[in-house]
Amino acid sequence: MIIAQQKPIKDIAAMVSDCRKVALIGCAGCVTVCLSGGEKETEILASAMRMMRRLEGKPLETVTFTATRQCDPEYVDALEGLVKDVDAVISLACGVGVQYLAERFDKWVVPALNTNFIGGSRVHGVWEEKCGLCGDCILHKTGGICPIIRCSKSILNGPCGGSQYGKCEISKDVDCAWQLIYDRMKKLGRLDKLMEIQPAKDWSTSRDGGPRRAVREDVMIG
Amino acid sequence: MSHYSKLHKILDSGQFAVTAEIGPPKHASAHGIRHHAHMLKNHVDATNITDCQTAIVRMSSIASGVHILDCGIEPIVQMTCRDRNRIAMQSDLLGAYSLGMRNVLCLSGDHQKFGNHPTSKNVYDVDSMQLIYLLRRMRDEKKFFSGEEIKEHEPRFFIGAVANPFADPFEYRVDRLEKKVEAGAEFIQTQCIFDMERFERFMEMVRARGIDQRVYILAGITPLKGWRAAKYLQTGVSGMLVPDSLVNRLKNAQDQKREGIEVAIEQIKYIRENVKGVHGVHIMAIAWEEVVPEIVERTGLFPRPKADLE
Ligand code: SF4
Ligand code: SF4
Repeated sequence: MIIAQQKPIKDIAAMVSDCRKVALIGCAGCVTVCLSGGEKETEILASAMRMMRRLEGKPLETVTFTATRQCDPEYVDALEGLVKDVDAVISLACGVGVQYLAERFDKWVVPALNTNFIGGSRVHGVWEEKCGLCGDCILHKTGGICPIIRCSKSILNGPCGGSQYGKCEISKDVDCAWQLIYDRMKKLGRLDKLMEIQPAKDWSTSRDGGPRRAVREDVMIG
Repeated sequence: MSHYSKLHKILDSGQFAVTAEIGPPKHASAHGIRHHAHMLKNHVDATNITDCQTAIVRMSSIASGVHILDCGIEPIVQMTCRDRNRIAMQSDLLGAYSLGMRNVLCLSGDHQKFGNHPTSKNVYDVDSMQLIYLLRRMRDEKKFFSGEEIKEHEPRFFIGAVANPFADPFEYRVDRLEKKVEAGAEFIQTQCIFDMERFERFMEMVRARGIDQRVYILAGITPLKGWRAAKYLQTGVSGMLVPDSLVNRLKNAQDQKREGIEVAIEQIKYIRENVKGVHGVHIMAIAWEEVVPEIVERTGLFPRPKADLE
């Protein structure tokens, strides 16, 4: 899923400092699971902002709603009535949701979250990045551990000379992806696979090829 | 056999090679590096020119190489994968060759996190293994990295790489060295050796697999200015192993700098006499270039052989 975290409230407030009424739109997708933009977080942010503005002597009116998914036109359409008379829309979705709202409504739409990465949770309250969206998955060559995003240098023939005691040279808190790959290949009895020189990657399937689009004609309607 | 560089010729002749390192300045004057080049000229076969080492902006390694060459030393241009994509790399390689550079050392490069531009982007379009392979293919098969033919004047570099016997996983370090040799590396410079026992174990594995017969290995030696420098490398730099005994030896010395030089001399003598499969030394006197001549002289490696390219 997409992992996002809320921006500091003062930063969010600064984006709508000239507004009198705002809509805060949460999302029931990934950001609900990673506890940053679901119904609960939306209500808490709305009340915190109202309180802040009341103390400043510039009361703020808020309306709130949590969409099933902000990355789907169907659910975005349903927000029309809600955002009609607001000065700004604060989206608590990932960057995708913010853009869907901005595209759909002629309103000032601002992000309440920083979209960080795609990954999963390790333990409650800790999320980890797992995939760099390269568009040409090579996990079958690296024991199911992604070197593109989990190695700080995206090395395909690692580990580099900075790997020590299982950690990456950038921090003692970051595992060296190539140590993990080595350990796993060893366990699976596949170390010989690591002797193959992985060729330079074709990054054209990644963001380097320009904005991407996926089309499935078989499921298109009409 | 024709040789790609003077360093290649010396190694091929079976003589014990000596290389050193010159770090380009954080400004736009070549005065300092030219000074160092003149100082080292008669004592080394070639010098590495670092490529924005530790991710700190410095004069370009190729531009610095031009100055070094002009002063009479053969440069080994370092090229990291951190700052350039494959287009910029090849462009720089063509330019470097046209300017008389004949040796290239391929490395990953230190992550920018600890440099003076930690907010920058890194590139890593290709990794060091791929760079070695593509550089060799450029020379031997006349092909750009993309596979497109180089119609004429392909760059013909002597290709170097690094090996770090002190990083982990230790057992894999020899595999990775072998992989680099397979990719096309012709000479190897090792990370600074302080833990001699580990280096010997590494070389034992290298010899057992005959890798020392397929590539020239230059042992990395760094004279330390004092115990603080040793301690810093021990605790602050990932991929370094510095035994406590060395830190203490420097700490207890009357003149720490002298002791640092003595240690380096002992290490080189020890390696030459006891560690088979080593073809030379690479002396990395970090910001202390002036001690290199003494080290070379006192290890019996002076005078350096004459090796003009035909
Ligand atoms: S190889 Fe590519 S697609 Fe697969 S996990 Fe890594 S970044 Fe994602
Ligand atoms: S230490 Fe490991 S994870 Fe970090 S850059 Fe090197 S190979 Fe990649």
